[in-house]
Amino acid sequence: MFVLLALHLVVGTAIIAAGRRLGRQAFAVAALAPLATLLWLAARSGDVLDGDSVLDSYAWVSRLGLAVDLELDGFAVAMVTVVSGIGLLICLYAVAYFAPHDGDHTDDVPQSPNGVGRLAGMMTLFAGAMLGVVLADHLITLFIFWELTSVTSYLLIGNDDTNPRARAAALQAILVTGLGGLVLLVGLIIIGQAGGTYRMSELLADAPSGGAVNAGLVCVLVGAFTKSAQAPFSSWLPGAMVAPTPVSAYLHSATMVKAGVYLVARLAPMFAMTGSWRVLVLTVGSATMVIGGWRALRQTDLKLLLAYGTVSQLGFMMLLFGTGVEDIAKAGVVLLLAHAAFKATLFMIVGIIDHAVGTRDVRRLHGLGPSWRLTQACALVAAGSMAGVPLLFGFVSKEGALEGYLEHGEFVGSAAVLTVIVLASILTFAYSARFVLGVFGVLGATDADPADVARSRDAHAPGWLFAGPSVVLTVLTVGFGLAPGRLDGLVDASTSALHPAADVVHLHLWAGFTGAFTLSIVIIGGGIVLTVLRRHVASVQRAGARITRLVPSSERSFNLLLRGTGVIARRITATVQNGSLPIYISIIVLMATVVPLIGFAGDLDGFPQLVETPVHVALVGGMVGAALAASIVRRRIAGALMLGAVGYLMAGLYVTQGAPDLALTQFAIETLSTVLFVLVLRNLPAGWTHRTPAIATPMRIGVSVAVGAAIFVFALVASDARSEVAGPQQSEVMVDNALPKGKGHNVVNVILVDFRGWDTMGEITVLVVAAAGAVSLARTGRRRDVIGPTFEEILEGYDDTAGTADERRQEVPG
Amino acid sequence: MSVLLAFAAAALFGTGTFLLLQRRLSRIIIGIGLIGHGSNILLLTSGSGRGLPPIIGSADPTDFADPLPQALALTSIVITFGVTAFLFALGYRSWKITHDDVVEDDVEDRYIARRVDQLVDEGEAAARLNELAEDPE
Repeated sequence: MFVLLALHLVVGTAIIAAGRRLGRQAFAVAALAPLATLLWLAARSGDVLDGDSVLDSYAWVSRLGLAVDLELDGFAVAMVTVVSGIGLLICLYAVAYFAPHDGDHTDDVPQSPNGVGRLAGMMTLFAGAMLGVVLADHLITLFIFWELTSVTSYLLIGNDDTNPRARAAALQAILVTGLGGLVLLVGLIIIGQAGGTYRMSELLADAPSGGAVNAGLVCVLVGAFTKSAQAPFSSWLPGAMVAPTPVSAYLHSATMVKAGVYLVARLAPMFAMTGSWRVLVLTVGSATMVIGGWRALRQTDLKLLLAYGTVSQLGFMMLLFGTGVEDIAKAGVVLLLAHAAFKATLFMIVGIIDHAVGTRDVRRLHGLGPSWRLTQACALVAAGSMAGVPLLFGFVSKEGALEGYLEHGEFVGSAAVLTVIVLASILTFAYSARFVLGVFGVLGATDADPADVARSRDAHAPGWLFAGPSVVLTVLTVGFGLAPGRLDGLVDASTSALHPAADVVHLHLWAGFTGAFTLSIVIIGGGIVLTVLRRHVASVQRAGARITRLVPSSERSFNLLLRGTGVIARRITATVQNGSLPIYISIIVLMATVVPLIGFAGDLDGFPQLVETPVHVALVGGMVGAALAASIVRRRIAGALMLGAVGYLMAGLYVTQGAPDLALTQFAIETLSTVLFVLVLRNLPAGWTHRTPAIATPMRIGVSVAVGAAIFVFALVASDARSEVAGPQQSEVMVDNALPKGKGHNVVNVILVDFRGWDTMGEITVLVVAAAGAVSLARTGRRRDVIGPTFEEILEGYDDTAGTADERRQEVPG
Repeated sequence: MSVLLAFAAAALFGTGTFLLLQRRLSRIIIGIGLIGHGSNILLLTSGSGRGLPPIIGSADPTDFADPLPQALALTSIVITFGVTAFLFALGYRSWKITHDDVVEDDVEDRYIARRVDQLVDEGEAAARLNELAEDPE
């Protein structure tokens, strides 16, 4: 299995590298990867369907228990079939799709050949990541591939990087699925830690439970909902339709968006009874199924209609897999396969029409010529399968779902969910009918532009390569509709992979006049009524839209949230990052002192002695006075002298503390510093003119007082803490060893040159570096006549470029 | 450590910070000097308190002041001097170029701050396009 994943990686990278030369033929090369996968699957699937599974493992970070565990079991076979089967057909279709066509107006065909190559390579990489998702048995492995599909999806949606709509849609998709992915990771880690293993096969045998697991499951579900475009995270999926049709057909209907459903299907047998799992999945799935269907019925763009239909069907799958009831999950497996077949067909047909006629808006589509009969027949069959018309594949899945809920829905709320399924299925029938009517040109505007009518009539029917993949899928839809028993083995193996105790199933063409069949008739009847009364339905929808517009939709909320975050971030940046050094320093010192202060203050218990010796009072009094004076005086020389005074008083303090070495050093250095200072000051003006400060004096004083208070508390707490330390004191060891080992009487000196000699070495290095810097700064300053631009001049220069950048931005159309 | 010395360190840090927040490089240098003195007090008083100079043979070792903080403070004094000397050189250079020692605002940051409104407009435009892409009506 690693070989297959590596093959996808190699083929994808190679195509991207060679993109410009291959052009649209890149997709023919890309087809090799899914073809190889299918061949491998054919070789292995026999054993797997008999109940075995193929395992591959690679210890990654064994100390953390991280391993890349891949397992091909029954359900994985079904998923790999979809991923690689649809992938192969889409690649062939794309070769024709990216050829030049009559109706080309569309903005979704990349203009440069490089764009097409990149698309093909990226799609191969995506296919590899998706295979990883469905083969992974280790939760962390699954997460990594999951994120890779999000990233490749982002790159595919935003492939046309000159189109701002594509960029915006890609950004929304990655934000929603990426944030969901982070939440998912948290959930997976909670579950893995609680269960003691990250292997799904082991969790299935012994599922953990408890409060933490409940929280983890909610996180996992949020991740799955974002990925599978469930309400309220569904808005990114219709937005993603800006991508070229092959991408939409592959990622955003057949494979990637099913990753969330896949994860729910895997985990439901273990956790459906735990915590709020079932309530959450069934509520969200029901809402998504109804809202998606309702909105699909409103679309005029065929592709958007399909996108909302996909949202609805994903909700349906959640309702089937999320229950954790094996007989309902069976229907889910069938629906997953049926959906992949009919939805990919429908997307391909939209792409064909879009290219030939130049529009996919139902109001501008009119009767197509007689050469279009085959394509129209495919559309009719696929839409019929989606609607659940008998004798087609979709009917088998819908019948199974109804039957499962009728006979095995023994949990709370199953009757309500069944009602939702029936209602939403009526909507599904209605929007499927709308799609067909659109393709047949019935919905074309009555007062149409004659040019539109002529364009539809004269449109060239697709060639065999363009139409072929959709025909293949249509044949499968009819075939499995008529002989669903052919799938028994696969559905059986899938269900027993999910639920090890599942019974053998048989799929029927028709199970007789059961309750499920009655409901099917209700659905079809209701759908026909809605279709016939479509004008009335449309007016009801318009009225409904007027009401729902008052409530912020998920799209609008998302945009508001995004924009708000951006605005706040920029305002904060403009405030704290305004270029003023004093403000930067204020923020830094406040963070470094005041924030830890909150922690220190709690440890402060009692004060030590007030004064050690009366001499300190005089010394500290003088020091504080001089320091205050240094900060108040407005003449440089006075400030320098005050600093010197503090230094000399410090030397006095060192003497009283028993540190003559320090006193001597301080005395020497203070003298040297003052001399240096005066040397520099002799050039500068004596005082300074008052300028408007960047931050006002009260703020400066406030920050300073806060820092002082923090240091005060820190000094007391720290000295208190040190007295509590037990054990031998390092200093005593040094005093004892100074003479015998260091051969010196002055302990401080021995420490500096001997015990901590490397510190002194570092200190000397610092001095050398500072000296080199100081000398070079002083020497380069000798070029007196060269005077650089002032600050105002520099800023003016920036404003000039800003103006031109503005103009350039306005020239960009759109 | 006495309350008085803790107060001394706090006062040196406070006044030092106040000077550090000024625009004149010479005042900033004075501020760094004061903060250096404040941290030396902290270092020194982290020992066991007052005592006699730690010179073997001059007194009983149990009466010695803690020698290790002294060594650390000594290092600190010298390093502070190195930093101050470097800042003097910077001040000298600043005077050479502008005949003043004002620390100016960072040009890049000021420019970014000015562009904020424009960026906000751009963000709104992108968001509006986004809405258009989703809502057909």
